[in-house]
Amino acid sequence: MQRHFITLWRIIHTGIVNFIRNLSLAIAAIAVMVVTLTIVLFSLITSATFNDTIAQITSKIDVSVFLQDSDTSSQTNQLLKQLKALPNVKSIQYLSKDQALKQYEAQNAGNTQLLSAISQTSNPLPATILIKPVNLNRIQDIKTFLTKPSVAGLQSDPPSYSGDRETAINKITHATDILREIGAITVIVFTIICALIIFNTIQMAIFNRRDEIQIMRLLGAGTAYIRGPFVVESAIYGIISAVFSIVIINSAFLAASNALQASSLGLLDIGYANNYFDSHFWRLLAIQLTLGIVIGAVSSTIATRRYLKFKTK
Amino acid sequence: MILLDRVSKKYTRSEDAALDRVSLHVDPKEFVIVVGLSGAGKTTLLRLLTREERPTSGKIIVGGIDYDKLKDKDIPLLRRKIGVVFQDFKLLPNKNVFENVAFALEIVGVSNREIKHTVPKVLSIVNLKGKENNMPRELSGGERQRVAIARAIVRQPRILIADEPTGNLDPKHAWDVIKVLEKINRYGTTVLLTTHNQEIVNKLKRRVVTLQGGKVTSDRANANYKL
Repeated sequence: MQRHFITLWRIIHTGIVNFIRNLSLAIAAIAVMVVTLTIVLFSLITSATFNDTIAQITSKIDVSVFLQDSDTSSQTNQLLKQLKALPNVKSIQYLSKDQALKQYEAQNAGNTQLLSAISQTSNPLPATILIKPVNLNRIQDIKTFLTKPSVAGLQSDPPSYSGDRETAINKITHATDILREIGAITVIVFTIICALIIFNTIQMAIFNRRDEIQIMRLLGAGTAYIRGPFVVESAIYGIISAVFSIVIINSAFLAASNALQASSLGLLDIGYANNYFDSHFWRLLAIQLTLGIVIGAVSSTIATRRYLKFKTK
Repeated sequence: MILLDRVSKKYTRSEDAALDRVSLHVDPKEFVIVVGLSGAGKTTLLRLLTREERPTSGKIIVGGIDYDKLKDKDIPLLRRKIGVVFQDFKLLPNKNVFENVAFALEIVGVSNREIKHTVPKVLSIVNLKGKENNMPRELSGGERQRVAIARAIVRQPRILIADEPTGNLDPKHAWDVIKVLEKINRYGTTVLLTTHNQEIVNKLKRRVVTLQGGKVTSDRANANYKL
């Protein structure tokens, strides 16, 4: 047990000493890792920001059900209960005839002619149920329910998703799905590219020191004892690069929010991105550290493999 | 201690064999000198013993280990039993003198206390006291050679293989090195030395194995240098 501890301590110690002694090589590798990890972090934040924008758009889409004036309150309550029980219903809001009128008046506060015309008649607006769906793609479930004869009979007009709005909703739903996928794919692609670039950099660094590995092999050092310090050294590259990438993005938000907003052509909600970065700071730091350490350690493990092999012929 | 039975090594099919059916038997505690011109197969012989190369044919047994049955994972264990002084030193460039010698002990799990106790002793045997913190690039050829020797003997191996250990040294330092080899041989280590140095061979009066064109052309006890 104590021997294992000594070995582990020696591996870590040697890794740190080697890192310091090979500083010029380390700086080159870290520079590459910082750039790639910063791109990954940026794509993560961008993807989250796009998702928020999409969520904002989709949250504004609802289905309005217009009730007959003749519906009794027990019929209305029954309908509300049934709607609540549907799996794709996120929330429902009931507006009585009066509330619907008040809302209409508020929405058209500037249009005095319209308001005076309405005030001369008795309230023409029906009581309304506003339904927010969980998943826009499955709005058909709600539609099927609302067109059932027993339910349709309670309605004064067809629900408001029909006609042009339905097409618009479908288009938006489709577009947001694609945007979400693009966001996720972008993050994955950048992560893969980042991993490959880091792997290549570490492979070059280890190629420069292949003689060292072969000498240690000749002296009878075990695989873990030779490889360990290289893994530790690469993990240190990863830690430093992860911290730098976070500092760079943080500085960019602090110093150049306006410039970022302008350069993103208004496509990116920089305010949200900044908030997202602040509120998820520790999680993002953890992701970056994990990425840096794992990619560094795995790369050096693979890169040292070929120099550790024994001759078989 | 060392047994080679009709060992041949060909690097490429078309080429002549670097070693051609070489048979050699070295007893424990023996001191054997292998002589031969460049390209005679001396270094190939040593590379086969450290299992850097595999023979094309023939059998090798060192310290009771049959190389045919040696698994890859056990090669480090074999190498820990053999001390090797390489012709090109093979010092670790990122470690200082002390660390280079200590490395041989670290890999077998020796405690730090023992390392601190043993390494300075061995460095003083090879006259490198005061150079502990120097990096290999700051040393002369002779000093590097002596670090390599210190590293090879620090584990007190049962077998020591020295490939031209006096090649880069002036006569005085060359003799110092030979004296160290003789000393550890007296303590019971089997020594296999390759050299070009006629004077050393003649003064040592040990068993001399001559290699020519990959073949053993003579093997005599208490012999002089003769090609």
